[in-house]
Amino acid sequence: MLKFIVKRLLISIVILFFVMLIVYTLMHSLPTSYVERMARELATKPGSQKSAAQWLVELNAQYGMDKGVIPGFFVWIGQAIKGNFGDSWYYSIPVVDEFNKVIWNSFYLGVAAFILEIFIAIPLGVVAAKKQYSVTDYSVTVVSLIGISLPTFFVATVLKLIFSVKLGWFEISGMRGRDFASLTEVQQFFDVASHFVMPIITLTVISIGGLMRYTRTNMLEVLNSDYIRTARAKGLPERKVINHHAFRNTLIPLVTIMGGSLPGLFAGALITETLFAIEGIGFASYHAMISGDIPFTMFYLSFMAILTLLGNLIADILYAVVDPRVRIN
Amino acid sequence: MKLINQDTFKAFGRKMEKYWTRVGQGFVNAGNNCIRFVSNPKKFVSDYKQKKREMINDIYVPLTHNPENLLEVNALKMYFPIKQGFFKRTVGYVKAVDGVTFNIKHGTTMGLVGESGCGKTTVGRTILRLYEKTGGEVLFDGQNINKISKKSLRVKRPQLQIVFQDPYSSLSPRLPVGEIIGEAVREHKIVSPDKYDDYITEIMEACGLREYHKDRYPHEFSGGQRQRICIARALALNPKFIVCDEPVSALDVSIQAQIINLLEDLQKKFGLTYLFISHDLSVVEHISDTVAVMYLGGIVEYAPTVKVFKNPKHPYTQALFSAIPVPDPEVKMKRIILEGSIPSPANPPKGCKFHTRCRECMEICKVNVPRNLEIEPGHFVACHLYDEGAIAENKKLVEKNSATETAPE
Repeated sequence: MLKFIVKRLLISIVILFFVMLIVYTLMHSLPTSYVERMARELATKPGSQKSAAQWLVELNAQYGMDKGVIPGFFVWIGQAIKGNFGDSWYYSIPVVDEFNKVIWNSFYLGVAAFILEIFIAIPLGVVAAKKQYSVTDYSVTVVSLIGISLPTFFVATVLKLIFSVKLGWFEISGMRGRDFASLTEVQQFFDVASHFVMPIITLTVISIGGLMRYTRTNMLEVLNSDYIRTARAKGLPERKVINHHAFRNTLIPLVTIMGGSLPGLFAGALITETLFAIEGIGFASYHAMISGDIPFTMFYLSFMAILTLLGNLIADILYAVVDPRVRIN
Repeated sequence: MKLINQDTFKAFGRKMEKYWTRVGQGFVNAGNNCIRFVSNPKKFVSDYKQKKREMINDIYVPLTHNPENLLEVNALKMYFPIKQGFFKRTVGYVKAVDGVTFNIKHGTTMGLVGESGCGKTTVGRTILRLYEKTGGEVLFDGQNINKISKKSLRVKRPQLQIVFQDPYSSLSPRLPVGEIIGEAVREHKIVSPDKYDDYITEIMEACGLREYHKDRYPHEFSGGQRQRICIARALALNPKFIVCDEPVSALDVSIQAQIINLLEDLQKKFGLTYLFISHDLSVVEHISDTVAVMYLGGIVEYAPTVKVFKNPKHPYTQALFSAIPVPDPEVKMKRIILEGSIPSPANPPKGCKFHTRCRECMEICKVNVPRNLEIEPGHFVACHLYDEGAIAENKKLVEKNSATETAPE
């Protein structure tokens, strides 16, 4: 097991290196780079003594863009290994500070939505499979398909219309109320929580469908297997047949995909965060990317790559843990 | 140069025309049904039920219980609906089991043989009510299995057990063996909790398993051992009756013998009654007291084992048994080769179901369903060959046919 993990980690490092190289190359060759825009801006300022081209040369040297792709990449990675990710160009503060500021908002949002998703989608999937082709099955399927098909902005807008405009329960967007500073700590917590309700609902609604269908399919497969018939022939109560025998075996694929999606909790949700003006990582990285902020984007995408690789590793390990038939050696 | 082959084009056109005609017909039918339903809903529903009843035709003389018999099966039918179209309307039935009658005495074994797809397994499962029967009745110890409630059926389950055909898929991969065997023992409180561990060990040892196997998972065992686990699982519930659904067909020959001997030993030790489903005739001859031969959902011959093997009466049984190899190179085998394959149970032939492949097919076989005749005490055959009345009728039928053939000239 240990050998397997070490081997996987070593392979992951190689993959990571090439992922970063590709990302750096892409960012470096963006047609509207941050440096170019800065140069043009500075040149049009009143009192500027240099032309845009002159500014560009100067800024290129300043930002380290004059070295070419490969040398530039090695400079970046040399610094990154030392733990120095540089300053964000767009946010003008160290990348890690900016990241730290926004990541936790995204994380709380993701965790809450993930937990809700699990506790809603899996029971629904089990019920739908238990009563295949019944009215319950069809209604669950239709509702979940609607959830999958609706665009995020549509769900968010409808939620805003109902709960903010008509009912006035939550504020339409933002993370804090206007009187945030004057509240006690407990009140502050509830204030932020109430702002998070609608984004969480949005994320949950759009993600339930997939997991529910996945649960249903796997559950159906298990329910049609011979050992379920054995369990029934034993004279076990139906509740035990479903919970003890069928669901246990359905858990194997479920745990695997859920384990794999754990790192995704840090990924942020760009559209939802933007719509509800929540300062999360999705929102921040989007702005960094469109403005060509190489240090921030590099850090963010490397982070994502590490998480994805880690997710796959977790999924494989969990698979061995939950399924007695799988022994990795 | 022609871009499109005219013939293909026309053929496509005809095909589409046919398709649209059918779709149109469907709409007309649906409309008609709607009108009928709206004009007289009660009649519509009763008509529908009547139609279904006609399709199933569940008519039988109720059995009177004979205390000698542990299991009595009477005109048992198991039809699986074929559903089609958007509303999943039942358009027909796969007649997997179509009127099967037999009984098994206490402490004996009945063999059920027949080729693949003739409904043997379905009979076994329907008896245990793993499928809800379509028609007929099953008496277990004088009690109608299909009439008791789900709850009391569950309580009764330990008495009726089954060993499934495939020992690989019939054991839950997530449970250790001790749990597979013992789970239902605890559920039904077969033994008191303090004796539980010893009881499971005892059962496992009776089936040739070791105590240390308890904590292992099914995938760690070989096929033969898994089948032992299946048998131990069934046995642990202290059953009276076990359906052995091809328990050895997934195993190699040396293991087969072990399992068969195990089953026989257990029968002697615990006084069990078996329904032994198999397509292996030599195994059936070895283990059974009586044998029933199935063809396309029905029993064609039913008799004590010796009688069936020495003196098969039904043409199908004769053909089937002529395939048993004789361990003597001097003997020339007279194999009867059946032509064609087993007809679809969704649309079985009229009259005798076997007439399409029978060597001795008569005119009457194509029209009338043969009666179940007792030609010797305990030896039942469903064939017109042994029915004098049917042979007489056959003569008339042949004369009538030849008359109609020559008449119009």
